[in-house]
Amino acid sequence: MPKCKNSQTLPSHFGLVSRRDFLKFCGVAAAAMGLPLSMGAKIAEAVAALKRPPVIWLSGQECTGCTETLLRSTHPTVESLILDLISLDYHEALSTPSGHLAEEAKKKAIAANKGKFILVVEGAIPMKDNGIYCQIGGRTMLDILKETAPLAMGIVAIGSCASWGGIPSSGPNPTGAVGAAEALGGKFKVINIPGCPPNPYNFLSTVLYILTFKKLPDLDNQGRPRFAYRRLIHEGCERRPHFDAGRFALEYDDEGHRRGWCLYKLGCKGPETYNNCPAILFGNVGARSWPVGTGCPCFGCSEKGVGFTAPIPAQASLVHFSTTGTPFKGEERIGGGRLCLTPPQTFPPIHPPEGHGPSAATVGVLSGLAGVALGAGAITATKLGKKETESDDKAGKE
Amino acid sequence: MGLSRRDFLKVAAGGSLVAASSFSPAPLLARESKARLPEAVGILYDATVCIGCKACMAACKEYNHLPPDHSTPGSVWDNPLDLSAKTYNIVKLYKNGTGQTKDQAINGYSFIRRFCMHCVDPACVSACPVSALTKDSTTGVVKYDKGACIGCRYCQIACPYNVPKFQWDQAFPQIKKCQLCDHRIAQGGYSACCEFCPNGASIFGNVQDLRKEARRRLALKPGEVAHYPLHRVDSQDVRHRIVAPYLNHIFGEREGGGTQVLMLANVPFQDLGLPPLPDESAASQSETLMHSLYKGMIAPYVLLGGLFYLVYKNTTKQDLP
Repeated sequence: MPKCKNSQTLPSHFGLVSRRDFLKFCGVAAAAMGLPLSMGAKIAEAVAALKRPPVIWLSGQECTGCTETLLRSTHPTVESLILDLISLDYHEALSTPSGHLAEEAKKKAIAANKGKFILVVEGAIPMKDNGIYCQIGGRTMLDILKETAPLAMGIVAIGSCASWGGIPSSGPNPTGAVGAAEALGGKFKVINIPGCPPNPYNFLSTVLYILTFKKLPDLDNQGRPRFAYRRLIHEGCERRPHFDAGRFALEYDDEGHRRGWCLYKLGCKGPETYNNCPAILFGNVGARSWPVGTGCPCFGCSEKGVGFTAPIPAQASLVHFSTTGTPFKGEERIGGGRLCLTPPQTFPPIHPPEGHGPSAATVGVLSGLAGVALGAGAITATKLGKKETESDDKAGKE
Repeated sequence: MGLSRRDFLKVAAGGSLVAASSFSPAPLLARESKARLPEAVGILYDATVCIGCKACMAACKEYNHLPPDHSTPGSVWDNPLDLSAKTYNIVKLYKNGTGQTKDQAINGYSFIRRFCMHCVDPACVSACPVSALTKDSTTGVVKYDKGACIGCRYCQIACPYNVPKFQWDQAFPQIKKCQLCDHRIAQGGYSACCEFCPNGASIFGNVQDLRKEARRRLALKPGEVAHYPLHRVDSQDVRHRIVAPYLNHIFGEREGGGTQVLMLANVPFQDLGLPPLPDESAASQSETLMHSLYKGMIAPYVLLGGLFYLVYKNTTKQDLP
């Protein structure tokens, strides 16, 4: 943290700045790593002037990856998010105080903003044995969530763990980990932002959407905002033309892999996973800054039943993917858009292959049948002639 | 039984009358191949410019709402092998020997686009007994009316280019073929294949202009740089490229009475799957024959009368009551 002009005076302000502002400030300082301390006064003013929706961030069985991804956003930057747009009242990782102090702050913040705060859940919630496998301040995550959820304005589950259980819930799931929506028994509308970690902009955009439009964004049947999870990764993938042309990397570092061919045969789960990774990329460092772009097959982190469940080298099914782009019958196509056909890299010959003539067996059987028919016809004809002559004779006799 | 000498002579006389009535007026009725319509539109396809990207195929499918046509196991890719009821337009590959040089008949390769040629005097229109296939009097587009079609598929047999395709997999099948995107022309647009051709291999326009453009290209010297219009023959959007050698032949200028789709290539057109055709249209020949035979219904009546007389002669003696 850089030295600042008025860092000398800051300690005297500690007593004046409210605890809430202090927490916010600490969160920003910890998050932004390098925010000048001289901003302190401006922050205090901004806090006083703006009524920003408070955010309570609960952490369950998680790795802090989702918090880390948020810290790497640049538009809006995390500090502008936390200082100008929302008021991050409680976050275990970003709060400076810990232990009982932090818990106390949370209680106060919840009490002060009842029904007005956004609850963000990070990490899975263990359900087995009454949830004793994840406890904070002596209380289970399950209890904390159940107690906090009814008081929140909206609930956002960030990351795959909070969305459906993620890594902790993958087999054999010793702690009975589930996502936030399931832990709450489906009683509350939870916006899921799955991903491991999710793209920070998907989370920020959701929050900004709620703040701007005062309503929840359009969600799909898994509670994911459509603006981010409406298309298959396969649909927007930069390697897609190679898929269409049938050019695949067959093993890591082979010719195809080095040439940037399709990773489908290495187990890429792009055709099964709905996310916008190829469109908005990660980390704001330019083109190809996403897993498939770097040569790593998508492993479906944001898709329940794919990420952390399907083996990484397993080939994805193409059931969600249609070359025609027409909507699936009886099932809503999440993408909604129309895919264009991309022609493959093979060409038909001038004269298309035609069926061969009849086989020897067919000729044999047919000529046999024809012989039988001819013989039968000949015999019938001779008999007919005889009968006619007989009847003629009879007629003549009569 | 057995024909008496007298009866035989009678029949012979009747037969010769029939023959005479059918064949003698033939030269008088001979129909000329139809002339080109002045406002006719068409496409000029230049195989030497084509890069085989199949953008035209993709665009054709998209704008004609055609389903994918699979030919490989698994049905993953849309890769038709030939024109079909699902594919109005296809890019095919001619390959010979090592297949190294583009637009070369020996040890070379060439692309060729196949779709309806929109004949000036179409055999399919002539063969269609119910006028389900018609030639537009202005644009010259050979159109299909599914309401009139009876599914006889005469058009399939009549077409020298094997273009009309039947929906064998449908309960109420139709004939499917390129109609030059007439639904887009009606809205002021033009054929999707030409609009999406990135290289100017297919250009749309008035057939007279297309013929001029084709002649201009044939007159160019191989190796020099020339401009090639993109999308439309009258387009200001041109691309400069090195002229490839051409066969001195515009396919479709005369073949089968002429077509509104013209093609240029440097590989003999027969090798590219385009049949050698006489200058007269098949329709004019068949219509001359048919119209002569049935002129004034004289020949059919004479034939019928002769047959009637024969039967009458042979049956009155024994079988009539």
